[in-house]
Amino acid sequence: MTEILISIITMTALGFLFSVGLVFAYKKLKVEEDPKIEQVSEALPQANCGACGYAGCRAFAEAVAKGEAEVNGCPVGGEDVTSEIANILGIEAPEVVKQLARLHCRGTHEAAKDKGPYIGISTCHAAHLIGGTKQCSFGCLHSGDCVRVCPFDALHMGEEGLPVVDEDKCTACGKCVDACPRNLFELHPVSQEIIVFCRSLDRGAASRKACKNACIACGICARACPEAIVMENNIAVITDYKKISPDKIPEIEKCPTDAIGRLHKDTNEEEKEEEKKEDEG
Amino acid sequence: MKTKTFPHGIHPPELKNLTEEISLQPMPAPEKVMIPLLQHFGAPAKPLVQKGDEVSLGQKIGEGQGLFSASVHSSVSGKVLSVDSFHHPGGTPVPAVTIANDGQDKADTDKKEIKNPFSLSPEDIRDKIKEAGVVGLGGAAFPTAVKLSPPKDSPIDTIIINGCECEPLLTSDYRLMLEFPDEILKGAELARIATGADRIIVGIEDNKKKAFELFQEKIQDYEGEAVLLKTKYPEGAEKNLIYAILRREVPRGGLPFNVGIVVQNVGTAKAIWDAVSTGKPLFERAITVSGQSITEPKNLLVRIGTPFQAVIDFCGGLKEDGNILVMGGPMMGLTQWTPEVPVVKGTSGILAWNAPAPGTEYSCINCGRCIEHCPMALVPTQLAKYVQFDKLPEAESWGILDCVECGSCQYICPSKILLVHWMRLGKNKVMSSKQKKSA
Repeated sequence: MTEILISIITMTALGFLFSVGLVFAYKKLKVEEDPKIEQVSEALPQANCGACGYAGCRAFAEAVAKGEAEVNGCPVGGEDVTSEIANILGIEAPEVVKQLARLHCRGTHEAAKDKGPYIGISTCHAAHLIGGTKQCSFGCLHSGDCVRVCPFDALHMGEEGLPVVDEDKCTACGKCVDACPRNLFELHPVSQEIIVFCRSLDRGAASRKACKNACIACGICARACPEAIVMENNIAVITDYKKISPDKIPEIEKCPTDAIGRLHKDTNEEEKEEEKKEDEG
Repeated sequence: MKTKTFPHGIHPPELKNLTEEISLQPMPAPEKVMIPLLQHFGAPAKPLVQKGDEVSLGQKIGEGQGLFSASVHSSVSGKVLSVDSFHHPGGTPVPAVTIANDGQDKADTDKKEIKNPFSLSPEDIRDKIKEAGVVGLGGAAFPTAVKLSPPKDSPIDTIIINGCECEPLLTSDYRLMLEFPDEILKGAELARIATGADRIIVGIEDNKKKAFELFQEKIQDYEGEAVLLKTKYPEGAEKNLIYAILRREVPRGGLPFNVGIVVQNVGTAKAIWDAVSTGKPLFERAITVSGQSITEPKNLLVRIGTPFQAVIDFCGGLKEDGNILVMGGPMMGLTQWTPEVPVVKGTSGILAWNAPAPGTEYSCINCGRCIEHCPMALVPTQLAKYVQFDKLPEAESWGILDCVECGSCQYICPSKILLVHWMRLGKNKVMSSKQKKSA
């Protein structure tokens, strides 16, 4: 009986002793932390993707609370998160431009010619080291390094061999931009309709030979809209997309190789084009 | 006779009998040459000619830029057709000068022979080598003048002349050794003077006994010796060769000069002699054209810029079954997608054979054979896994940058894992992440 009693008393005494220690530590050794950090951190998406340039959401929250990072620095959170953070910090929410990753290549299996059979590990980076599997030395290598790094499941390899961006899921974190050995991804505002779908700096004849959808630098688009499109190094470059007026879009889309234009044409227009093709065929 | 060697390595079938006994034969210059301005390790050369210019044989058409670069010279006389990007055996198109051959081989007349090249100062020798655009002809094409100017704090005591030619099929170095032994040794002597070394050692594998015996006799006029090495791959890899001959280990991330050695290929030694004694720039080199699918395998002296197709045609063309075209040896060579690519300074051979379809790749069974055979004492299977899962710091600490991409691990792997591909990828990724950090 006494053994039981002794052990109960000992344990109670020990428990009391430790709790006193803990209370002491809590009171005396407490680290004062800005409560905003916790609040901002809770508002963030907690994807820890690193798109903001910090090591994770917590690190970004600390930087925002200290005023080192911009309030709209989290591309993943977008408008909602930015306004929430602005609320917490008690400042006015800056404008957030929603961006999406866009692929600057239309070199599908069919359009871009292969060099020959590729025997090797199927990563774009490895293929790029030996000059790539395609005759075009600027275009997509179809092995999906971008798909593997996307933390939001927003990239998938399409049937034509090119990665397709899921616009609902894409947060413009920029992982694909870094992963592509040929720098084919770029982040563009959603409102930018016209995009150059080519990165080939080869001369017209050479790039045409390698890929049906390559920019051949004919200059049709630049003549149609000289205030926003220029030709540089054998490729069309959009200098300021905001200056492209909607009425010029049909002119720009006269591109003989489909290397510049809208990513999504209106559905009825697509149907029309298909009809046209059928008529021609 | 006892032979020297290094630990690990492999012994693939040699297949040298196809061309071993065929003497080097100069191939007539083709109608058109495409001379890439990047044929060496380092920065591309700056073009010195324009479309429409007349050039003479051996005229400098590209000026080396920066520390690691080499000049490029015309290999024919004629008219410049274009200066534009062109296919390169490396895979990526590079700027190249296309010249139409007028067939006259008009050379610059003001180049004079030097009576006693051995009396030149080390600086003069290096200048002449640099002027002639000489690069390492073993395959890596490292600018020779840079290699012969080691930093002051690491004195050189030995010049090793690399006559191993450990790649299967290739025999051009062997033929050079048999046909130009004096030129090779004189070139080695010049390299010795340029670096201030004490002796020359010629390393030759024991499947080239004839060359060894010849050199053993010839080298008696110089300070040095000929060493017989065991026939094993990669005996000719710089660091392994140094270990095999002198038992000195090049430190991690270091170069041979750290242990007082400069290694030169036999072809490079001959090019050094040509450049210094007669001022002849490097515009032709010895190559082996071989493989089961070449109708008449040959050893040739080919002008730089000759398209592979012209070389193959000169050797009777390709047999129908040939489905793979390789520049270099079968172990480390680069597969080519088009026979339009030109011969460059780093081309040691052109091989064609009928490769079987690649076998299925299986998972690693942890047999450890790659570890057993890696000449650099690495753990290829583990490194490949690190690269696969993007664990770059781990890959670096396990020594991925020491990999020489010799291919022994992949050759021996029973699971047919493309280990070298992962190594190359990993090395590239580690290097670029390091560059990013330092930037």
